[in-house]
Amino acid sequence: MQTLHNIPINMYILLSSVLFCIGVFGVLLRRNAIIIFMCVELMLNAVNLLLVAFSTYLGDTQGQVFVFFIMAVAAAEVAVGLAILTMIYRNTGSVDIEVLNKLKN
Amino acid sequence: MIHFTPLIPLLPLIGFIIIGLFGKTLSKNTSGLIACTTIAIAFILSLAVFFQVRTIEAHTVTINLFDWISSGNLHIPFSFLMDPLSSLFLLIITGVGFLIHVYSMGYMKGDEGFSRFFAQLNLFVFFMLLLVLGSNYLIMFVGWEGVGLCSYLLIGFWYKNTAFNNAAKKAFIMNRIGDLGFLLGIFLIFMTFGSISYAEVFAQAKFFSSERPVITAITLLLFIGAMGKSAQLPLYTWLPDAMAGPTPVSALIHAATMVTAGIYMIARSNILYTLAPFSMGVVALVGVLTSLFAASIGLFQNDIKKVLAYSTVSQLGLMFLALGVGAFSTGVFHVMTHAFFKALLFLGAGSVIHAMSGEQDIRKMGGLRKHLPVTYMTFLIATLAISGIFPFAGFFSKDEILAHTFEHNKVLWFLASIASAMTAFYMFRLLYLTFFTEFRGTKEQEHHLHESPKSMTIPLIVLALLSIAGGLVGIPEVFHAPHLLQEFLSPVFADSDMKTLPSSAGQGTEITLILVALGIAVAMIWLAWNYFVKMGKRPAEEAEEINPAQRVVYNKYYVDEIYSTLFTKPLDWISDKLYRFMELRFVDGIVNAVGTGVNWSSRTLRLIQTGSIEFYLLMMVLSIALILFIK
Amino acid sequence: MTHYWFYLLSFIAIISAFMVVVSKNPVNSVLFLILTFFAIAGHYVLLNAQFLAAVHIIVYAGAIMVLFLYVIMMMNFKKESEPSKTTLSQFIATIAGGILLVTLTGALRFYDMPAMAGHADPGAGLVGTLGKVLFNKFLLPFEISSLLFLAAMTGVVLLGKRNSNTN
Repeated sequence: MQTLHNIPINMYILLSSVLFCIGVFGVLLRRNAIIIFMCVELMLNAVNLLLVAFSTYLGDTQGQVFVFFIMAVAAAEVAVGLAILTMIYRNTGSVDIEVLNKLKN
Repeated sequence: MIHFTPLIPLLPLIGFIIIGLFGKTLSKNTSGLIACTTIAIAFILSLAVFFQVRTIEAHTVTINLFDWISSGNLHIPFSFLMDPLSSLFLLIITGVGFLIHVYSMGYMKGDEGFSRFFAQLNLFVFFMLLLVLGSNYLIMFVGWEGVGLCSYLLIGFWYKNTAFNNAAKKAFIMNRIGDLGFLLGIFLIFMTFGSISYAEVFAQAKFFSSERPVITAITLLLFIGAMGKSAQLPLYTWLPDAMAGPTPVSALIHAATMVTAGIYMIARSNILYTLAPFSMGVVALVGVLTSLFAASIGLFQNDIKKVLAYSTVSQLGLMFLALGVGAFSTGVFHVMTHAFFKALLFLGAGSVIHAMSGEQDIRKMGGLRKHLPVTYMTFLIATLAISGIFPFAGFFSKDEILAHTFEHNKVLWFLASIASAMTAFYMFRLLYLTFFTEFRGTKEQEHHLHESPKSMTIPLIVLALLSIAGGLVGIPEVFHAPHLLQEFLSPVFADSDMKTLPSSAGQGTEITLILVALGIAVAMIWLAWNYFVKMGKRPAEEAEEINPAQRVVYNKYYVDEIYSTLFTKPLDWISDKLYRFMELRFVDGIVNAVGTGVNWSSRTLRLIQTGSIEFYLLMMVLSIALILFIK
Repeated sequence: MTHYWFYLLSFIAIISAFMVVVSKNPVNSVLFLILTFFAIAGHYVLLNAQFLAAVHIIVYAGAIMVLFLYVIMMMNFKKESEPSKTTLSQFIATIAGGILLVTLTGALRFYDMPAMAGHADPGAGLVGTLGKVLFNKFLLPFEISSLLFLAAMTGVVLLGKRNSNTN
């Protein structure tokens, strides 16, 4: 596996940035809270990818351990987040964030 | 036993906390009993300490409680110092304090603020004990401020009366002026000696050559503090007004204990004062002038408590005179005897006022001898004592002051003699007008006249016994008896006595002095008898014509009015102008502008808070981009 | 050879990520997201992080996305149930995302990595190596993360239960 020497780290940075910005774009564009949630997951993965890339380039396994922890936290976060969304849907019949502008009052 | 010393101030504090917190739920008797008991136990402990201090080798014990302040090279432990001087003051405070507490049980019986009164009285005793027990100037200052506070609270005890409140404020502010001097003195002590504990300061001071200007400055600043607290010229005017408080307060705070704090402070710092002869001169001069001045005002006062107040100022002046001529133990001796007979006088006056249903004007009294026999007898003893008649307590101490002054300076002696002659005259004027001839009050008052209850008369009798016998601890040399008090206090003043005390005058001179003083006093008593009893003269009523010189004295030399024109009115004027221009236009303008600005901007910014999540997200993203861009 | 793999996987990842955002049907979005995750897992393999690649597929594609799918099916969205935003909002969102992308790449453009030739350990991403680090240096965080799961589990159960009570 001598592959990575041929690919500069800047390429990975670029790839992560693009994925991250697509996630941001999705968050801004969509109104469905579940899709927004998925976009957040996408952003998380962009960061994970960058962490692994740096870990490999620096020869430091700690970066991968970090990713491992992020996955653990993300799993917990998704579980709680989806539970909340389910609740909201049951109570209001919608997961449209334009309907959920209760922050104002 | 001596290690129980911290309990002595602690007990009144506990009493204060209990009564202060639960005063409303406790019955009057209970709160009074708690107050009396704490002081009584403190008195017993003080007695034990008093007798033990004599037997200890160095005559001083320092009890270190905890480190109080420790910052940089300033280390102030919270510790108590027990030596003959402080143990004597302990006895005076707790002893006289206890008697006055008992007396107050009777005197304040009908008052609705009964438990508040006892709570504040206990607090006062606590601070006073702290003042004399502290082993450094800062603890003394804490006690000093504390007693000032209690004095303020108790003068304005009947707070619904505006005049009383004003008197309380006056006392507080006058004291503040003095306290500033005291505080500056403490700072200067720290700068000079690098410490403010008595032991270190005095140990260093021994090796100072005299006439160092910084020592003079320190002692003068400390004396300014003493002026305020002990009501000396020119800061004395608060004391007569302080008589607005209940009479036991006048007896305890404004006669026996608090006002002698200044004497204690100077006696404590005696080594510093001996190094500054100029300050000693100032102390003596201020003392004698105050004595003379206050005595002359006392001649024409018609309020029974005001007369006693001016007499207190005058006696305090004599004490400062004693300190000023280097007779420190004599000054303390007079503090002790004065505490006895002046507390007795005030309590007697309280008894009279009690009987007269609150009347304080001696023009409306007279002939009370028959109605109040116990009060009359004790009042007579106290009056004899203050006039310096042999063998009452005042004779010994006053004679000692006069003798030391005579050796020091003849002019001062002459002035002091005039002051004590006036004292004898106005005190007997007071006695005759109150207790002799016919009753001049209303019929209703006459019908109501009665001797006070036991709780009031017993303290009177005890104090009367002390006023008779209290002087025997300091018998002049001519009688060839040991001067117990001077021996007892000698360790405290050992370093100063070598420098200041002149060899005593010859026996002949001393006997002459005693005879002269006695002669003057007797002459004055006779004069007063002639004038007020035999000829039946009365003090003029307000409306009657009196000659201009008398009018000046009657109006207390217009000192209050002079202070008012010199300080109060200009200050008022300046503050009024400052208020109009600085406050209203400038300060208020800024404050209002800030308020309006915030109001306006929040009203505008509020519109941004749409409550829409998308908008917030958008803003967040743009902000992140902006931050990255700027980086 | 690896070049091509990299570009292929990147292309799949970006395209499917984009499809996640623009798909009208939420189920399609989920499927595209799974595709993205597979592409990212491929990247992990390229980066010698074999263990993470496996975990990634198990956790994300296997567990999390199933959860998403399950929720979406439970809510039973109709295809066009979500009204799209106004054109203005869409425009602004595009602009904002674009600005962020430009700024981000601009900010990271000059990052220069020292070459790691020969230094990289091919076994760094294997279970054994990772396990040693995880259970030595990161033992406490690892144990604490189990607490986190417990809390999350309790929270989810509680949220669901209270809901059923009120209904």
